[in-house]
Amino acid sequence: MNRGVAVTGMGIISAIGNNTEANYRSLLSKESGISFPEILNTTHKNIPVGEIKFSNKSLTEASELPKGHSFTRAALLGSIAIKEALEQSKVKIDAETGFISGTSVGGIDATENHFKEFTEGKTENNRFIRSQHPGFTTEKIAGHFGITGFVSTISTACSSGANAIMMGARMIKTGKLKRVIVGGTDCLTKFTLNGFNSLMILSDKHCRSFDENRNGLNLGEGAAYLILEAEEELKGKPVLGRIMGYGNANDAFHQTASSENGEGALLAMQEALKIAKLKTGKIDYINAHGTATKNNDLSESRALQRLFGENVPDFSSTKTFTGHTLAAAGALEAVYSLLSLNKQQIFPNLNFSRTMNETGLEPVTELKEKKLDFILSNSFGFGGNCTSLIFAKDEG
Amino acid sequence: MINLQTELKESIIEQLNLEDMEPADIGNDEPLFGDGLGLDSIDALELIVLLEKDYGIKLTDPAQSREIFVSINKMAEFIEANRTK
Amino acid sequence: MKAKIYINGISSISAQNLDSEANPVSYHKTIFPAISPNYKEFIKPMALRRMSKAIKMGITSAKVALSEAKIEIPDAIITGTGEGCKQDTERFLENLLDQDEELLSPTSFIQSTHNTIGGQIALNLGCKNYNVTYTQNSASLESAFLDAEMQLLETSENKSVLVGGVDELSEKITQFKSLDGQLKSVDIHNLDLLKEDSPGTITSEGSHFFTLSTEKNNNSYAEFKDVSIKNSIQPEKINEEVEIFLIKNNINAAAIDAVIFGNNGDNRYDHYYKNLQQNLFKNTTQLAYKHLVGDYDTVSGFALYSACKILKNGRIPSIMNLNSSTPKKLKNILIYNQYLGRDHSLILLSAV
Repeated sequence: MNRGVAVTGMGIISAIGNNTEANYRSLLSKESGISFPEILNTTHKNIPVGEIKFSNKSLTEASELPKGHSFTRAALLGSIAIKEALEQSKVKIDAETGFISGTSVGGIDATENHFKEFTEGKTENNRFIRSQHPGFTTEKIAGHFGITGFVSTISTACSSGANAIMMGARMIKTGKLKRVIVGGTDCLTKFTLNGFNSLMILSDKHCRSFDENRNGLNLGEGAAYLILEAEEELKGKPVLGRIMGYGNANDAFHQTASSENGEGALLAMQEALKIAKLKTGKIDYINAHGTATKNNDLSESRALQRLFGENVPDFSSTKTFTGHTLAAAGALEAVYSLLSLNKQQIFPNLNFSRTMNETGLEPVTELKEKKLDFILSNSFGFGGNCTSLIFAKDEG
Repeated sequence: MINLQTELKESIIEQLNLEDMEPADIGNDEPLFGDGLGLDSIDALELIVLLEKDYGIKLTDPAQSREIFVSINKMAEFIEANRTK
Repeated sequence: MKAKIYINGISSISAQNLDSEANPVSYHKTIFPAISPNYKEFIKPMALRRMSKAIKMGITSAKVALSEAKIEIPDAIITGTGEGCKQDTERFLENLLDQDEELLSPTSFIQSTHNTIGGQIALNLGCKNYNVTYTQNSASLESAFLDAEMQLLETSENKSVLVGGVDELSEKITQFKSLDGQLKSVDIHNLDLLKEDSPGTITSEGSHFFTLSTEKNNNSYAEFKDVSIKNSIQPEKINEEVEIFLIKNNINAAAIDAVIFGNNGDNRYDHYYKNLQQNLFKNTTQLAYKHLVGDYDTVSGFALYSACKILKNGRIPSIMNLNSSTPKKLKNILIYNQYLGRDHSLILLSAV
């Protein structure tokens, strides 16, 4: 029997709270974290974002880092989420503890700040020269928690965090690791804000996932991590939920856009169901990718209709709370999925008023109490990267 | 003075890295997207930037661009009617 | 019984020509580019026009590795890149800073993500299968191999996996490496790199792809036995760590016929290799390669490529020799690499 890989800890920081409990309270009270940028030093002060209202200085203090450290903002956020996850799972970090982190732009926030100095040959801040490369951020976090064994980074744009969870689950299943910290972190940067702005897919309002009149996404920032442990390591420990299935496929359609029929998304969901040995009817809720771009939401909806036919399960996009946190999104949404399983509640899709003409699909728009056994979570990214994860309630 | 069509062709070749092409290779009425020149949606975004940079025309909805970037002639017509520089 | 994994196709784009043994290319610089093949033979002009060198090198070498193994569509494409698409990142970042966040063209942003190379290979092949990109400094390619190994062993179906590593130079970001001591402070001759007793190294770019399968064919180069990654190792523990890896693979140091070391002429960190050279592998044939192709995050692809050729051809190019020992047979090759004392990796290959 496929019992799935056990999750024994989780931690999160996002625009709607700096720990799991705070995130849960915001989800319950339909309190969105979308605001205008105050911390990010950008000229685009009128573009709404899901910003975490802590400066790097206060995040540094929260993690008690020494002066002159070279943590990027993504490393600062990641450390806070991992600390919470470790406290919950009470694992001890040893040589057989792995760490797999998803990040899209890593520490490019530091590169933005120092690029001109470096081109002028100034060496004062040269400890940030390697920060641009995602492995740097991962290594800072690894060092902070004393992780010396298997450490790696996945960077597949917006599905990075979900792919890190998948990789960790596979490493536990194949016996390569006894325990592993998996998830993702990305901070708001000028690089990504301007990048998405140049693609003309940022909304000037709070994003309206799956709505006929949606007009783009809100960029967000955050970090979330799970602790996965092998069965023989559990020794009666509480299990938050299990990773039953995972699938990754490539749309192979366009560099950034999703195919209109959602082929890659469909293949990823099918593979996840196959690994989980589940029929479509078993899925009780879908935490959708639902970025609120014209393209994604239509493509994802079509994929849902192709897979589930007339019986598309309850679904919602929690990006309406947090914004699209890029590489962290899959990890944030894994935490929300696990919360849903534990509380037996579906969190709503905000800002929705009209179904799409093409599909007529309506997301869950109010908090919904329901028996939830299996939840599917989607994460799609540039380069056609599509990942689906299936979480199950622990049967004890 | 070169006409707007030729100027457009030159900037398109440069902006979109159409390395092996000359302005004469692009017909004034040839479709820019699909079966004609074969440009795609990323090129459309590049052309939106080009309109704003060179002619001071700001498009806010990428969908709008489909009617404008039909051919060199259509683009030139739109630019003549809307340019601010 | 655990299934065996074979390397059935290999490819390399580096700063050396493919016949580097007879006439190794000599550079007198700390940064030197890879020698480009004719990309037009592999990529259509309309697609080629906006590609950076990493994407071009990646697609080209991916296609060579696939065609060697006679595979059209692999069951998975797994890519490692330490620094990703730096040229596009640099272009977008510079425009953003110079133009004060206004009037930015999107192409370089789109192509800046680390999975652009893997995504473009998929797009070029029309391959909808599993596609993941790892970026962990000098353990990026090794992470990809670890995933590939699991892909092949998780199922009993016969599968083929394309796995490779790519890194490119960019004008400014690569140059920054001279500001934090990653590069030598003066130009040196690359072929003299291993005689250096100074900090820093020399860098370059390249792409190496491999087609892995659980089925052997008459083009098989080697059997891929195992890969291991450790983020940090205390210098005095290196012999012990390597022995643990060997024991796990039921082999001892005496059965290793050649070791390929990642010595890069940086006297602050080469002690990891020297310690093994003087102890565990004192009597083993020792090889090196970074004096040929420079050091960059996925350069171990060149070591792997070389090992495949050595195992298939049964001979070692003399330009790689670090000591005078010659092996009695060529059955098992171990590759060890690290960068700046972090991201250590071991790969074990066997003759088919």
